[in-house]
Amino acid sequence: MSDATKTDYAPDAPAAPALQDSEAHSDTILQVRDLKKYFPIKGGFMNRVVGWVKAVDGVTFNLKRGTTMGLVGESGCGKTTTGRTILRLSGDKTGGDVLFNGQEIYDLSHEELRHLRTKMQIIFQDPFSSLSPRLPIGEIIGEAVREHGLVPKDQFDDYIDEVMDNCGLQPFHKERYPHEFSGGQRQRICIARALALNPEFVVCDEPVSALDVSIQAQIINLLNELQETYSLTYLFISHDLSVVEHISDTVGVMYLGGLVEYGDKRDIFANPLHPYTKALFSAIPIPDPDAKMNRIVLEGSIPSPADPPQGCKFHTRCAQCMQRCKTEVPEQREVEPGHYVVCHLYDE
Amino acid sequence: MAKHRDDGYLSARESRQISRANRKITNEFEKRWKRKNVPESEYLTEMHDKANAVEFDDLHTYFFTDSGTVKSVDGVSFEVPRGKTVGVVGESGCGKSVTSLSLMQLLQRPQGQIVSGEIRLNLGDKAYDITKVPQMAMQDLRGNVVSMIFQEPMTSLNPVFRIGDQVDEVIALHNKELSAQEVRKRTIEAIQMVGIANAEGICEMFPHELSGGMRQRIMIAQALACEPAIIIADEPTTALDVTIQAQILDLLRNLKDKINSSIMLITHDLGVIAEMADYVVVMYAGRVVERGTVEDIFHHPAHPYTIGLMASKPVVGREVKELFSIPGKVPNPINMPNYCYLRDRCDRRLAPCDGDYPCEIAISDTHTVSCYRFYEEYRAQAVADGKDDMSAFGITGGAQDE
Repeated sequence: MSDATKTDYAPDAPAAPALQDSEAHSDTILQVRDLKKYFPIKGGFMNRVVGWVKAVDGVTFNLKRGTTMGLVGESGCGKTTTGRTILRLSGDKTGGDVLFNGQEIYDLSHEELRHLRTKMQIIFQDPFSSLSPRLPIGEIIGEAVREHGLVPKDQFDDYIDEVMDNCGLQPFHKERYPHEFSGGQRQRICIARALALNPEFVVCDEPVSALDVSIQAQIINLLNELQETYSLTYLFISHDLSVVEHISDTVGVMYLGGLVEYGDKRDIFANPLHPYTKALFSAIPIPDPDAKMNRIVLEGSIPSPADPPQGCKFHTRCAQCMQRCKTEVPEQREVEPGHYVVCHLYDE
Repeated sequence: MAKHRDDGYLSARESRQISRANRKITNEFEKRWKRKNVPESEYLTEMHDKANAVEFDDLHTYFFTDSGTVKSVDGVSFEVPRGKTVGVVGESGCGKSVTSLSLMQLLQRPQGQIVSGEIRLNLGDKAYDITKVPQMAMQDLRGNVVSMIFQEPMTSLNPVFRIGDQVDEVIALHNKELSAQEVRKRTIEAIQMVGIANAEGICEMFPHELSGGMRQRIMIAQALACEPAIIIADEPTTALDVTIQAQILDLLRNLKDKINSSIMLITHDLGVIAEMADYVVVMYAGRVVERGTVEDIFHHPAHPYTIGLMASKPVVGREVKELFSIPGKVPNPINMPNYCYLRDRCDRRLAPCDGDYPCEIAISDTHTVSCYRFYEEYRAQAVADGKDDMSAFGITGGAQDE
């Protein structure tokens, strides 16, 4: 079974023509083009669809192999939905393309997708609710490995030990259950579970938000180490900007389902262009009592994604709002090499 | 309490024994707490310094659980001066919330009990010792003199009551002479004060109709409705986004100045502390390890734990290859060691660290720290001042070995 699976679908196997095409952009692991995901609002008579929540509405970016992209934004702006839609975890997309190694993942059959799952993994936000309370740790980490037949049976135990060791867990932890672990250790288990499948691409959905500062540092260091060892690519979703700045190579800023600014970490943090990015970064509290605060306080709150404003979605809260912002939807524009922004202020 | 194995395993029988012993202790505390018609003289006390709003003095709050006694707060002393903001920092489980709940007398009863120590609350012309105030008297203080902004705005509002009614309740309870219309008028004022434009409309809404930031504003309006002298803000912005956090912090700062009250700000975000606080208290495993003004703590952190905490947080604009992380974990709260709690995790360990838990050393007028690293320095200082009697500073055998 295991041999058969391997030849069916493995990136190095010759019988995978779709992947051969990707040689042209071999350093781009993931391309997302104008991705859309709407959720229906049901109500009224006969539970008809009365509207759509536009959770993700036109997200475009490329992700280079071996790098980390940080995705930041307020809660409810669609960061998590973007991550899940890229992995095809929340049903069908509404529009756009997701190309993983040049392969559109929404075109894959169920069986092909199942094999691709070993290459793309996710680490969930809450380590307290994402582990089955009735399975021992060894089983949680090893279940998918056995299911996909990644390692021969006689090497299985050693393999799990090795993965656990890499993630800072002891071999005797294998027999224990999730409730016996602290938050930081549980997050290590979640990471080990994702990495046991030897993935290329991992979506980290707020992996450190539920943890204490000192534990946060341990987990961030672990993620960095593992990236070097396994040459992983991360999509790091977080609302903590300081963590994103530390871990990412490129950063995307989301607002109300759309990517408003995207580019290299240094460009974004040194020279934020979009008014929303500027406001967001000025709101970060600095741990220095003498620091000068030039804070741009945004008025009001984020509009409902079920009824987003016309034109630029940010115009209702923007200090530099112009007449055309209220009617025309701005296009994504490359202002500097590799630095994209969606704003009328930068139109020529 | 008998413990046979290191991993904290207890047999059902041992657990029963512990629970029986606990019940004896807690019943006594409960009896005192539930007494009626207690004369005020019993809990009247004197403030050590009239400029303080609250003084915590050697507070011990224990939880009597079936697996042993958890010393959540074990000898905490600090003051909250009037009109100032005191930030309390520490990891989760270090006792910062329990300290504030002790002041509010909102501990999980009957397991959670204030065992000893004093909390002196300044009421202007008189002072109460909160640890001795019985249930009935506490109800007049809570929400009126001391009030609390809770951590999670999502779960702290009652989902089946309208916003207006929930805020009305606080005002009506502490101002029995007001009519319903007057109460509603004050409710609307309170809601307007926290920057909500459509106050009348909001009064008729239910909590689920509001966003997280709005709900947190309602919580603040509720807490400030009676203009309390002390506001306890327990992680008021942890569940919120940075932009909303900025709004809420601005709001808190402005309101504090408006009604001239003190804030006890509990958080683990050092950025928020630096921005808001005048004084900082750093807690670790139920004890205060360091306290001082914001400048003291941020510019000259002295305790290894404070230093580690600061190094482990990534800061925007400061690039580091690898984040510092404090190795190991907090000792088991049921079986605390008798040496410094940080010893096994500390990278600046000295020979005397094997001795008793270090006492507080004042390294400047405003800055104190519990760490053996400063004993030597302090001794030199004391000799220069002509008082060589180190026993007065509680230095025990361990320190003199050095």
